[in-house]
Amino acid sequence: MLMAIIIMGGVAFFFSTVLVIADKKLRVEVDPRIEEIAALLPQANCGGCGFPGCKGYATAIVMNGAPVGKCAPSGAEVNEAIGRIMGVEVSERVRRVVRVHCRGAESVAARKALYVGIPSCQAVSMVQSGDKLCDWGCLGYGDCAKACPFGGITLGENGLPQVNEEVCTGCGLCVASCPKKILQLHGIDERVIVACRSEDPPKQAKSSCANACIGCGICARACPEAVEVKNHLACVKDPGGFSDECIAKLEKCPTGAIGPVDQGKAEALRAEGA
Amino acid sequence: MRAKTFAKGVHPWDFKELSKQRPTEVVKPGKRVVIPLHQHTGAPAEPLVKKGDRLLVGQKIGEAKGFISAPVHSSVSGTVLSVAPFLSPVGRKVLCVEIENDDGYEVNPSIRPCHEGIEEYTPQEVRESVREAGIVGLGGAAFPTAVKLSPPKDQTIDAVVLNGAECEPYLTTDHRLMLERADEILKAAEAVRMTVGAKEIHVGIEENKGDVIDLWSRKVKGIPHVHVEAVKTKYPQGGEKMLIKALLNREVPCGGLPFNVGVIVQNVGTLNAVYDSLTTGMPLIKRGLTISGDGVAKPSNLEVSIGTLFSDLIEGCGGYKGDVNRVLMGGPMMGISQSTDQVPVIKATSGILVMAGAAPGGKEYPCIGCNSCTNHCPMGLVPTTIVSLVRAGKAMESKDWGLTDCMECGTCAFVCPAHIPLVQWVRYGKAEYLKEKKRLESQG
Repeated sequence: MLMAIIIMGGVAFFFSTVLVIADKKLRVEVDPRIEEIAALLPQANCGGCGFPGCKGYATAIVMNGAPVGKCAPSGAEVNEAIGRIMGVEVSERVRRVVRVHCRGAESVAARKALYVGIPSCQAVSMVQSGDKLCDWGCLGYGDCAKACPFGGITLGENGLPQVNEEVCTGCGLCVASCPKKILQLHGIDERVIVACRSEDPPKQAKSSCANACIGCGICARACPEAVEVKNHLACVKDPGGFSDECIAKLEKCPTGAIGPVDQGKAEALRAEGA
Repeated sequence: MRAKTFAKGVHPWDFKELSKQRPTEVVKPGKRVVIPLHQHTGAPAEPLVKKGDRLLVGQKIGEAKGFISAPVHSSVSGTVLSVAPFLSPVGRKVLCVEIENDDGYEVNPSIRPCHEGIEEYTPQEVRESVREAGIVGLGGAAFPTAVKLSPPKDQTIDAVVLNGAECEPYLTTDHRLMLERADEILKAAEAVRMTVGAKEIHVGIEENKGDVIDLWSRKVKGIPHVHVEAVKTKYPQGGEKMLIKALLNREVPCGGLPFNVGVIVQNVGTLNAVYDSLTTGMPLIKRGLTISGDGVAKPSNLEVSIGTLFSDLIEGCGGYKGDVNRVLMGGPMMGISQSTDQVPVIKATSGILVMAGAAPGGKEYPCIGCNSCTNHCPMGLVPTTIVSLVRAGKAMESKDWGLTDCMECGTCAFVCPAHIPLVQWVRYGKAEYLKEKKRLESQG
């Protein structure tokens, strides 16, 4: 009995000594800031920063000097806190959200053929470049909703994606998932959106979708500083160039392709300090 | 003697009785002709004309860009209405030359053959003429023929295989060609054999074309290096890898091409085009095709100018009949569904099928692991595993299971009792795989 205790105790002492020495000799220095920063990040692992997950981004910031403030889901506070840890100034950045550049709902944008197959925008767009008459419009199979890790996109009854701007972190995963580039990132305070991507000539655009931009140029004449027409499509060239009166004039758009974004919602979000 | 064949495959009903007795008719294109500049495998051709230009028959309108590419020529005389993107029957918009046909068919005066007889051509002249004529494989894949005729220097080619299998149901254009143009095709085959320095010519014809086998066997009697052989009527017997396996018992390696086993395969339609072009100097501006299916009034075999609209051809065949459900370019197994009949015939259009009645297939069910797809895949792949991986977003991993070896013949989807769109998933997976590969390459 006594012998067993001595042997077991001796073995335990021997190995613990080895472990203590190993711990001292073979220690790998980990920068404690990595853990600190990783703890601050949202752990959504969305990849929107361009690094493999939150831990990956934290490591990149500390070890490779990746720029602070790339994490879209974290608000300004978190980015500032990371800036304090790293001792760098983080420039104030406007919160970005994703917005839908198509109003071709089921009722106004006809489909050219009956599609039978994989229910995914990516797959449909590989067949006859989509089943809608409009080659530019939203196909409505919801690849964006599947791509959003935050549940911020739902498919509305009209077949178009609806973005919950309060949930949207601007990570950009849905932007990458959309084969038609319908979803694009915008600063939260941008007031006007061109909700169409069709560069078809006016006649064709109108025949394929009642809400399509026909490139008539009324908007460009109303807000010459902010809007221009390129390839039969109105484009916002300067999001800051809209005045209140010129936004009011945009109501004249014959198809409603260009118009103000829902300002009530945007105001509420700004008031939250997001 | 038992007909030769490959392992696995399927036996769809061939429906060839609809059109196989009808001789090839020449049809004129309509008032408006649309000629895509990208009709072949490889880089698109670059436009040489602009709006308002006057064109003559055979005039080059698109210049080949790069080694794997083919020039494009005008099939009519008339005026260029526009050079703009139009929907091509391959399912995407490509740059096209839209021409108003003046019905004069005035031929470009510079068109004349290099030599009087096809026998006088040297190998280099054959390659150059074929390349300049814009000839591509007319079996359906539209791979530039001049590239096939220029195998790497260190590769000896010992056999030319003539593909007369025509395994897709409904299609009978090659069947008619082999009956009506046997001598021309054989002369062109001889020119090709001489060009690549091969010793033998093997002709593979499916058993369901008994009249062709009889005719050709008589024609080649006494020519020791030409072998006409019956191959089993089985889909996809006309796939080049399947045909090589059946006729020569050689297996094309993974990711390889027929020249890796010393063979080049030419479709009989392609050879007919080679003959025409070498003897007249006229580039490839027309091709044979079959219009068939239960949705068209008069199924026919036609010789059609490239750029003729589907709608004009269907009208010429008596128009639609019954409850038309879909229009396909190509055969029912590999053909591409069309969303409109306002698309032009291109070099790859081997047929136009108009289907009436209910669409095949049905509600999709989960895979029950029956292994039918694996038991029938002529490439020896495991389609269900490949597709499961693609569905799980693991296109990179499915490459290890042969994703990129799949030739999309449609055999697996044909036999799948759960109606899983296996081929569509494979195509989807290939696109995802290329995207992922590009992303990894850009990251280094």
